[in-house]
Amino acid sequence: MVQRVAQEAAVAVTRFSLLGCGMALTWLMQSHAAVLPQERADAMYHSYSGGGVSIDGPSILLRKQIGNSVSVSANYYVDTISGASIDVLATASPYAEKRTEHTVGLDYVRNKTLMNVSYTSSDENDFNATTYSLGVSQDFFGDLTTLSLGYSKGSDEVGKRGDESFSEQAERHNYRLGLTQVISKNFIVGLSLENIADQGYLNNPYRAVRFLEPESERGFRYETEAYPNTRTSNAAALTANYYLPYRASIYAEARLFSDTWGIEADTYKVGYIHTFGDDWIVELRARHYSQSKADFYQDLYQRSEEFNFRARDKEMSTFSNLSLGFSVSYELRFSASAWLKKSSINLDFDHVAFDYQDFRNVLADAPVGDEPFYAFSANITRLYLSVFY
Amino acid sequence: MQLRTFPCKSVGRMLLFAALALLNIACASIEPWVQPYERDNLADPIMATNRNPVATSYTHHAYQAREGARGAEGGAGGGCGCN
Repeated sequence: MVQRVAQEAAVAVTRFSLLGCGMALTWLMQSHAAVLPQERADAMYHSYSGGGVSIDGPSILLRKQIGNSVSVSANYYVDTISGASIDVLATASPYAEKRTEHTVGLDYVRNKTLMNVSYTSSDENDFNATTYSLGVSQDFFGDLTTLSLGYSKGSDEVGKRGDESFSEQAERHNYRLGLTQVISKNFIVGLSLENIADQGYLNNPYRAVRFLEPESERGFRYETEAYPNTRTSNAAALTANYYLPYRASIYAEARLFSDTWGIEADTYKVGYIHTFGDDWIVELRARHYSQSKADFYQDLYQRSEEFNFRARDKEMSTFSNLSLGFSVSYELRFSASAWLKKSSINLDFDHVAFDYQDFRNVLADAPVGDEPFYAFSANITRLYLSVFY
Repeated sequence: MQLRTFPCKSVGRMLLFAALALLNIACASIEPWVQPYERDNLADPIMATNRNPVATSYTHHAYQAREGARGAEGGAGGGCGCN
């Protein structure tokens, strides 16, 4: 009977949802008006340095409006990777690599509806990925509420250096729902939900698990990881921005995550943005992230191929990190009638400390399985010039 | 002990009609409680969830590559109907 009640409740909820969606769509059709993103150009130098790895490169973003209802954008982004993380040091040699990413997008506004489509391609010598995205957002209830829906489809082609015959594929579908609500003239909140479903080869071909092998020199050996070939995840984030009585604001964000691999994660972020005169904007922020391990993660297996699925990728382990960061922006304003309206130079910096709770540092001199847990810190820097026209 | 059968179907319908009625009332009578001329603060760039898209997308990428969680980053987007 409980089952029947549940079924009937589900039917009622489904009908309600369908009608609710119908009404929402009617509002979407009736109401009017969104705004195209601001025309701007950004040139950024980015750098990540930590855990033995350095990644840096440029990113250029251009956005231009065509007529009153269309805006186009293009982004060129490069990662130059050098050094060796602990995973690489344990199983392979340091390497240098380059990743290039191109994105083109188009936004179209009609009354209160904003639509966008974009295409991204990312190329490395052993990994190619393409993503198609589309989204629609709509303001309603006197422009106090914005509802947005999005979908992306990604395809990966995974190769492996030194193994020409290695070729695997993976596919990804992202479904996004966002709701932004103006609460008062100083307070705005947002809710966003995202479901991501992957299918295909989801391993990193260079990562390996270790298992006990008493006869080997170090007491353990490595073998290839084996992940399930499907993964579905759900994430929900709640954000709030509040304008203070002087020209400053505070914000907070909480995100919950879970997936079918058994990973559960929480992210909390708070920030304070302060202005000095009309020209300077300073932001201070803190972010904390923690996650539980994937069901099939283990730092040390008892024997080769102990389980069907095996992982020792530290991103699959139990860990947390804390980031502390700041941003400084200096703005130059020009005449409203000039071609160039505003320009800004910006520096963003974050220091992140990672603490692993079941990923051991195999480089430490200790008995197998008793090595200290790994920890490292990294600096993330972004220096960029923006012009608004 | 036998559980009493809960008239879920009728309650479901009643809830549905009540919700639709409320939504219709809300739709017909809702007045924006923040007027367009009161949105200066909301339109200030310091209130934007994605003030600098080029830096924001890079930052998300930097975290996503090193964490198991993914998705629902950077707020819901959308704005306050200002500009």
